Amino acid sequence: MSATAEVLQVEPQFKEVAVGETLLQVRNLKMHFPVTEGIMFQRTIAHVKAVDGVSFDIQRGETLGLVGESGCGKTTTGRCILQLEKATAGNIIYRGVDLTTLHDKQLMPVRTHIQVIFQDPYSSLNPRMKVGDIIGEPMMVHRIQSDRSACHKRVTELLNVCGLSAKFADRYPHEMSGGQRQRVGIARALALNPDIIVCDEAVSALDVSIQAQVINLLEDLRDEFHLTYLFIAHDLSVVRHLCNRVAVMYLGKIMELAGGDELFDNPQHPYTKALLSAVPVPDPSIEQQRQHQVLHGEVPSPMYPPSGCVFHPRCTYAVDGCRRDIPPLREIVKDHHVACSEV
Amino acid sequence: MGKLLEVRGLKTEFETGEGTVKAVDGITYDVDEGETVAIVGESGSGKSVGALSILGLIPNPPGKIIAGEIIFAGQDLLKLDDAGIRRVRGGEIGMVFQEPMTSLNPVLTIGLQLTETMLVHLSMSQHEADQRAVELLGLVGIGEPERRLRQFPHHLSGGMRQRVMIALALSCKPKLIIADEPTTALDVTIQAQILELMKELNRTMNVAQIIITHNLGVVARYADRVNVMYAGKIVEMGNAGQIYHRPRHPYTVGLLKSVPRMDQPRGQRLIPIEGQPPDLSRLDQGCSYRPRCQWMIDECASHYPPLEDSGDAQLSACWRRSELDELREAS
Repeated sequence: MSATAEVLQVEPQFKEVAVGETLLQVRNLKMHFPVTEGIMFQRTIAHVKAVDGVSFDIQRGETLGLVGESGCGKTTTGRCILQLEKATAGNIIYRGVDLTTLHDKQLMPVRTHIQVIFQDPYSSLNPRMKVGDIIGEPMMVHRIQSDRSACHKRVTELLNVCGLSAKFADRYPHEMSGGQRQRVGIARALALNPDIIVCDEAVSALDVSIQAQVINLLEDLRDEFHLTYLFIAHDLSVVRHLCNRVAVMYLGKIMELAGGDELFDNPQHPYTKALLSAVPVPDPSIEQQRQHQVLHGEVPSPMYPPSGCVFHPRCTYAVDGCRRDIPPLREIVKDHHVACSEV
Repeated sequence: MGKLLEVRGLKTEFETGEGTVKAVDGITYDVDEGETVAIVGESGSGKSVGALSILGLIPNPPGKIIAGEIIFAGQDLLKLDDAGIRRVRGGEIGMVFQEPMTSLNPVLTIGLQLTETMLVHLSMSQHEADQRAVELLGLVGIGEPERRLRQFPHHLSGGMRQRVMIALALSCKPKLIIADEPTTALDVTIQAQILELMKELNRTMNVAQIIITHNLGVVARYADRVNVMYAGKIVEMGNAGQIYHRPRHPYTVGLLKSVPRMDQPRGQRLIPIEGQPPDLSRLDQGCSYRPRCQWMIDECASHYPPLEDSGDAQLSACWRRSELDELREAS
């Protein structure tokens, strides 16, 4: 084996990180998807800037919410962290190791540390596999359970933890309801004892009464297994309920990042304010009195984002400078970051 | 205000391999002129099937309306033949569907789809229809209407398409618009725009609306009256204030408790409704909510409770409707 190949075989060495310390750092993350033209001689005519310079930290044991409208890059950010997309630029540093520098084989152990729960419980489970095999497969792949019976025992345990009885192991996904399937998705994510779980719209597809059950389950698991969540969602009331800190994204950039109480009680960025104002409260006496600040226009194309602050075409407070200069994400009070020059 | 629509004892069933599914099982409600009625419920509660039955859009087979009357402006829609219902549908009753992506024809221009309805229902000339189409797009807040009329649906964003759907629904000056989850597929800021638009049209043109949704916040803001559906039946009916402040059915109580709310302190634990909605092909004679109900009594298993007045014209289908205030306090 040559020297370089040997270097590449080295397993990444992860630092120990205590609760409350930084577990994951995302630094200036960019993900630009090329847009091509032509059939035989494809040439790149533009880039979709899905994520364009995003930085944040996640502490061990916390739940960081990532909110924004469709196309703001929240899911792509999650996929970059999971190493399902190779980032165009930037670093993702997990327990001292920069994941963007690792190659596929070195990423294998990383996958046991960072897991994912997807949005759609219908398409994220293989319809031809039994639930027991779906949950057991990651353990076989990573050789965590040596034999079938140990694996089976662990599957039963995981099903119970997620509120399903052991008999579900022999069922197929189509025999289950949406809420039950999402519990299977959660059990599969837990199978490898991960540190971080990326929840990509994990409760969005569920009915109201089932959604509350799954939210409570996610909370219980977080406390029991000291999990860290990156909770990607568009439903602000769910994010408010579940997250310690929240980052608001718009067109590939973070607009505001603050603690949950601070962000929802004292929003500073005009976009955050508009977003919060658009969420209706389930109480007619409050709701029919409340002034809604309706945001005009629509989200521009991420292929040709506006100059300066990307939000300026829809912003009621925009001044000349907003069209020209990109406002940096700066700390206005402790732990409250805003990317707006007028705040 | 007169009654515009009366639905009486409507039953719609579907024949499936697993038996007969009672999707809508005897619902009765009214819509007054200019009123906004919300129908709230979870997937499979029969809220969409109930609305599609009004419009005669239930595919037969497997679906069939087996009983009931739907009286709209004095005539029973269920007694009309195909040609008769076509005159009403898209004419006096407009509709807006959930998926603005799939409910417009992708190979026809916006202009063609908008004017087609008017040519059929209002016997306008093409020129008149074109003019009205421009007016309509302006009304629903679409800029450069002349250019938009020549475009195809894929040129427009989701919010724009939903505006086109609303323009379509309005094109023949309807008395009633049925909107089936009109904003579910849209982002929250676009949802606010669309709902404000619908509210505005309701005010200025006095169009009655039936909004079908699962979002309790949307209902609170826009509805005058609310029908809560569960397993094919209306379980509670009242004005919006009553339903939210003094719910008289355990399902409504549970639903309101299970949503995280922006106006309440953070970190409170949600109280979910345990269990799952029932299989609609295997319902018995008792109350279909009782397996999930914390206040179940013996009577619930033997007879389905009638939808009756529990005071102040608020109807509830629960045997313990009169005790529910105390039960709720105690829990």
